[in-house]
Amino acid sequence: MSEPGSPVLASRTRSKAWTAYSADPLSVIGLVIVVAIVGLAIFAPFVTPYPDHVGPTGDFAAMNAAPSADFWFGTDVIGRDLFTRIIYGYRLSLIMAIVVLAIATPIGVIVGLVAGYKGGWTDYILMRITDVFLAVPPLVLAMAIMGFLEPTLLNGMLAITAMWWPWYARLIYNVTRAEAQEGYVLAAETVGASTAHILFREILPNCWPSILTKMTLDIGFVILMASSLSFLGLGVQPPTPDLGSMVADGAKYMPDAWWLTVFPAIAILLVVLGFNLVGDGLREAFEAES
Amino acid sequence: MTGNAPILELDRLGKVFSADGHSVAALDDVSLAFTRGECHAIVGESGSGKTTLANLVLGLIGATSGEIRFDGATLGRSRTREQKRAIQLVQQNPLSALNPRRSVGASIRLPLDVHDLGRRSERDARVASLLQEVGLEPEHARRSPRGLSGGQRQRIAIARALACEPELLVLDEPTSALDVLVQARVLQLLQRLRQERGLTYLFITHDLAVVRAIADRVSVFQKGRLVETGPVETLFSDPKSAYTRELIGAIPVVTEAEAALRAAIRAGAPVPAGAE
Amino acid sequence: MASNTLQKPVLAIRGLRLAFGDRRHPTPVLHGISMHIRPGEKVALVGESGSGKSVTARLAMGLLQDQKRVHVSGSIFFDGIDAAKGGPEIARRRGNRVAMIFQDPTSALNPTFKIRGQFRDVLRSGDRSISNDEADLRAEAALAEVSIPDPKRALDSYAFQLSGGMNQRVMIAMALANRPQLLIADEPGTALDVTVQAQTLNLMHELTEKTGTSVLLISHNLGVVREFADRVYVIYRGRIVEHGTTAQLFNDPRHPYTRALLAAIPKISGGGLPDLPERSPEFESPLIVHEGCGEPTEAFA
Repeated sequence: MSEPGSPVLASRTRSKAWTAYSADPLSVIGLVIVVAIVGLAIFAPFVTPYPDHVGPTGDFAAMNAAPSADFWFGTDVIGRDLFTRIIYGYRLSLIMAIVVLAIATPIGVIVGLVAGYKGGWTDYILMRITDVFLAVPPLVLAMAIMGFLEPTLLNGMLAITAMWWPWYARLIYNVTRAEAQEGYVLAAETVGASTAHILFREILPNCWPSILTKMTLDIGFVILMASSLSFLGLGVQPPTPDLGSMVADGAKYMPDAWWLTVFPAIAILLVVLGFNLVGDGLREAFEAES
Repeated sequence: MTGNAPILELDRLGKVFSADGHSVAALDDVSLAFTRGECHAIVGESGSGKTTLANLVLGLIGATSGEIRFDGATLGRSRTREQKRAIQLVQQNPLSALNPRRSVGASIRLPLDVHDLGRRSERDARVASLLQEVGLEPEHARRSPRGLSGGQRQRIAIARALACEPELLVLDEPTSALDVLVQARVLQLLQRLRQERGLTYLFITHDLAVVRAIADRVSVFQKGRLVETGPVETLFSDPKSAYTRELIGAIPVVTEAEAALRAAIRAGAPVPAGAE
Repeated sequence: MASNTLQKPVLAIRGLRLAFGDRRHPTPVLHGISMHIRPGEKVALVGESGSGKSVTARLAMGLLQDQKRVHVSGSIFFDGIDAAKGGPEIARRRGNRVAMIFQDPTSALNPTFKIRGQFRDVLRSGDRSISNDEADLRAEAALAEVSIPDPKRALDSYAFQLSGGMNQRVMIAMALANRPQLLIADEPGTALDVTVQAQTLNLMHELTEKTGTSVLLISHNLGVVREFADRVYVIYRGRIVEHGTTAQLFNDPRHPYTRALLAAIPKISGGGLPDLPERSPEFESPLIVHEGCGEPTEAFA
């Protein structure tokens, strides 16, 4: 009766997913970029040459210095090391992205699960609300919110969160609608399981691949969005190092002090690209797994 | 046959589905009684109403007219926990019936937790013994359903239904997705479980040969109506309705004895009882 | 029906092997199977899921060869070519020299086009110069042949507007419209009700008799095979295990696997369920060929 097979099947499918992931060189490049950026951000105080340049004061002896052995990416108008500030900028961006997604994802996932499983009026009301949010262009919505609120780090995150959860609601709604047709949901119902059990213990685990993939892709996009807001002066305020503000400030000194704009811009590009490559790789790996 | 009071009674049961101004009677004025401990087959083609019947009995949809009685008490759409527990389902497709992201053990343990059956500390042991009861190993509890065969998965689905300690099992084409040799083993298992546990089966199928092998009584449905009901032997020796004859006449058979029986039924002649 | 063993086979498969996966760790699916079909013959390949019966049909149609991670060896002689190599030679013959009928007729037809357009395409693959009017006339005649009550209306319908049984008839009419030498029927009607399935098989039987088309029937259902085929190959886990005429195989099954299958099928004449294993090393014992059913020895191609 019993078939020969590994008793630890879970690890076998996991390794299958890893094989699929590592087979694609772009996914591996993405992972290297992400690991490098996250590592630099976490250990910023130890890996940056001038950790005290985070604040409002720099090295006045080296204002507007071009890239050199001392200052790899050059310095800004008050002599702060750009490399140091970019790494700290990464730190802030990553924290923002994580906080935004940590709030937006659960809201969106719960709305999507309930609407997708319950159907009827619940579905109609929840999804129409979601659609209203989705209908407004994200940056416009965030700018509108920021227009009412003071431009602070916290409010910036709030604005981005408000425009982010509907995407998760839509995604999880669609996954839930499909999963609800599966026999295992019917089985849980006939066995007498509660709605909470069916939503969170039966359907949610099957949403994880979609959620993880989207979150990974979104870290890059949230960083981009936050940078756009601060580029417009609606986000983080000086002297906190922020990639978007650095690009904006540096733009005034183009093309003479080109490094002030080019390096932060490349930094944004790199982090968005890295998370995107990892997200795409994850999507394909999850597909290979099932 | 047995003098028992019926465990399940359908009394003039009807279900009408309506959409866009059209309404279709999926089940039309059906009265049937299911005796405790028997395997009662519900046979029909697509659109016969057999799935609607199962959904009504399980309480997944509500009836338009008529009544369902279980153990003498009327069953509506909203049911007590106890009423839910007593009627369980085994589905057709074993690939979708188990959650791919939960272990086999978690799936079987769910009903024990939901209905608070047995002491918490003993539930894992209960899962192991259920696995053994359906012919699997206790070690299967730790595995994912992925990578298990269709037959193994169907056994797990049966174990999950049994975990509820049900009285009535609705078997919805439980072997039609399985290979012939696996089907034979699963049918044997179902036969054995019914005897050992005194279960009553509502066995939905389109396969009359399976009916002959496992059922005591059979009811034939066509377009929502009950066209014939009776003991299995009678149905195959002297089918009353033209539709039943047509159904039996269309079955592809593998032996001369079957071909002879089928030819007689097609011709409309009663077959002597016990003819092989 | 006893076939003329002197006529050259329409289809001859020799030592066909198939494996999936990368070259270092291929998963073998077919372990060198040989079979043949002579003109006008109906031959069944019967086996359980995963036995390799459907991939054999797909290889014969040249539908698998061009995919990645598919390794094929051996040969499939058909219509003067070796179809095992795949490529444009066999592709050109699909739909006119060799046609296929699938398990689920509704999903095999394109839902976005009316039957009329799909039928014209089929007829055009057999005769490029055919005009629309001429094609429609032939399509109507073909649909009338499969007892579709109102062929004109059927031609103006989409597949989803017709019943499963009607779609199956349309599929059969299309498949036989160009009078192919060979029809491959993969589990025909399995997705349909028994009564409709029986009609489908009768229809296929009648029409192929009339046109002299050879049939390769792929099925898991021994009952269907017994009703339909002249000769039967039983396949188990990528190997042919028994080969004989339908009468030989059903009256005198010799291979342990065939015997187990026949015993395990519930019978309408009654009798209990046998106590048989789902798997057994016995099932993998060597091929048994019944009298007069050897593979042809002549050279092809």
